[in-house]
Amino acid sequence: MKSGILAGVLLATVSAAAAFAQGGPIKLANVAELSGGGATVGNNWKNGIDLAIEEINAKGGLLGRKLEVTHADSQSNPGVARAQVQKALDNEPYVLLGPGYSGSVKVTAPLAAEAGIAQIMGGEAAELTQGGNKFLFRTSFGQQSSMPKVAKYINDELKAKSVAIVWVNNDFGKGGRDVITKEFAKYSIKVAADISTEAGQADFAADVSKIKAAAPDAVFVYVNEEESARMLKELKRQAITVPLMGETTLVGQKVVELAGEAANGARGHVGLTTDAPVDLVKAFREKFVKKYNYVPDHNGLKGYLAIYMIKATTEKMGKVDAKAFADNLHGLTIKAASEPGILMDATFDEKGDIDRQGFLVEIVDGKQVVKQVLPKLN
Amino acid sequence: MSNLLDLLVAGLATGAIYALVAVGFTLLWQTSQTINFAQGEFVMLPAFLMLAVMHAGAPFWLAIIIGILLSLLLLGLGFKLLLVDPMLRHGVLPLAIATMALAIGMKEAVKQFFSAEASPFPSIVPAGDVSILGRVVSLQSLGVLALAIAVVIGLTALLNRTSVGHQMQATAQNPTVARIIGVPVERMILLTFLINALLVALASLLITPIYLAKFSSGEVLGQAAFIAAIVGGFNQVRGAIAGGLLIGVVDNLAAAYVSTQYRAAVPLILLIVIILFRPQGLLGRPEERTV
Repeated sequence: MKSGILAGVLLATVSAAAAFAQGGPIKLANVAELSGGGATVGNNWKNGIDLAIEEINAKGGLLGRKLEVTHADSQSNPGVARAQVQKALDNEPYVLLGPGYSGSVKVTAPLAAEAGIAQIMGGEAAELTQGGNKFLFRTSFGQQSSMPKVAKYINDELKAKSVAIVWVNNDFGKGGRDVITKEFAKYSIKVAADISTEAGQADFAADVSKIKAAAPDAVFVYVNEEESARMLKELKRQAITVPLMGETTLVGQKVVELAGEAANGARGHVGLTTDAPVDLVKAFREKFVKKYNYVPDHNGLKGYLAIYMIKATTEKMGKVDAKAFADNLHGLTIKAASEPGILMDATFDEKGDIDRQGFLVEIVDGKQVVKQVLPKLN
Repeated sequence: MSNLLDLLVAGLATGAIYALVAVGFTLLWQTSQTINFAQGEFVMLPAFLMLAVMHAGAPFWLAIIIGILLSLLLLGLGFKLLLVDPMLRHGVLPLAIATMALAIGMKEAVKQFFSAEASPFPSIVPAGDVSILGRVVSLQSLGVLALAIAVVIGLTALLNRTSVGHQMQATAQNPTVARIIGVPVERMILLTFLINALLVALASLLITPIYLAKFSSGEVLGQAAFIAAIVGGFNQVRGAIAGGLLIGVVDNLAAAYVSTQYRAAVPLILLIVIILFRPQGLLGRPEERTV
């Protein structure tokens, strides 16, 4: 009799726990660059995530369950990022978010893959999705998608025959430098100077002097945001007047804020910008500014999109299943018409790369001005 | 050759700021046997104090004045009374460790109260260029260099040509004898701390528009200035000045003519070479053991 009661109590407890687990919050883990050299990246990414989660929870959550995220600081250090991801995975999150730095993604991706947890990250290094990792997804273009567009613009629009390349000596910078160099070769564009810099470098006087001595037709700058701002200031100080071309990290909102007037005239290809002529992006910008009182850079958009990627995929599955998540996101096209949070129609291929519209922008009077809209490929 | 002139001007401008910070190292060491490993953070903080005042609605000039006064209070008086005096009685090593802890505390506090992200900072030198020997040189580089040189000349004049300066030097050379001959040693030591606070506030004002205001910006600067002080001579103000200028110029020339990839190693190599062949630094004097 006693054992029957005990079994009944146990059964009830287990059932209640299972029911609670099913209806409890969906746990997400974010590991990002909340301090250190990538603080701009990480904090924008985090704020975008928080905004999206707040919106979804306010509307009743995902499949009736609230989303809950924990934020961990990688300190912009791959070693710390790896430890933080390991810690985060021990709590068995539904999806891992971040990091934003390619170097940190590179060392953390095997951990998430081993755990069978999808990782939605911000890194842009070409190699990240080329190694066959089935659990890694981009929120922005990889360098293999963006650099050909940059090189084509430099050749077709700027008509440059020689270009100085300035890149940051890490996985992100080296990846971009390697891809753009190959692209330049296709157009017979000469690399007038090939200058590597360090993350966190403060003084760019010597680097700019080298550019000046090389006398290129254009300069391609591929360093992190803060260093981009310092570089732009130094380029202006040393009166470099040739076109300055880059990617998102040269023409981001934070760069414009930090570089001030020196940012004017800089051009770049951006996968995402809050200045995009897209109504849903404009609405996102308004909501973000209202909540955080500043205009986000592309990382804010990336964090926001990451959450809506989770929402759309989970709703497609009709259940919360961490193990099936990655399989369902591969090959998925998320339409902005049915999921406005995705902002623009996006397709995720078998490697986890993203395909959607892109933009060519120029900084005019301290603001990003979209010069061209580049269509989705497929 | 023309490129060399650009590199020299930029290197001297950066080196002048290293010199300002390095002078603080030598002053504190001479008068109170204090090695301040938070010196880089001392340069970082005034910029944030000024930004805070500006965010409160004050104009830039007022923010500069208040920022300098707060620096004197916190980084001069407060540093001496609250950290150096209580710790120094336990020896130089505990004090050095305490300043390392202070550096971490300052960084974390600024990160917590302001932001981990960099912020722009206005320049006291107007934008624009001037032509020198046919080369376009930015006013900002020249302004930084001119102000830093003016400060260093003023400091040298104070030390060598005024009664207060002589008393400070006497305190630095032998505080016991200085006290016997009537020098107010404690007041001179306090004055040294206040001068250091003024120097770091000025360095902050000069360098932050270029380096941006960031909680971690003192790391690079503190390290460069420390190396400059050792290379020039840790116990000589003129050594610190020479060391600062040398590091600034060598760093720039190495980045331009050797490799940008290994530029961070160049000051360290210079440091090792100097320590091997002239341990007291280029212009320093050998320390004698007191019995």
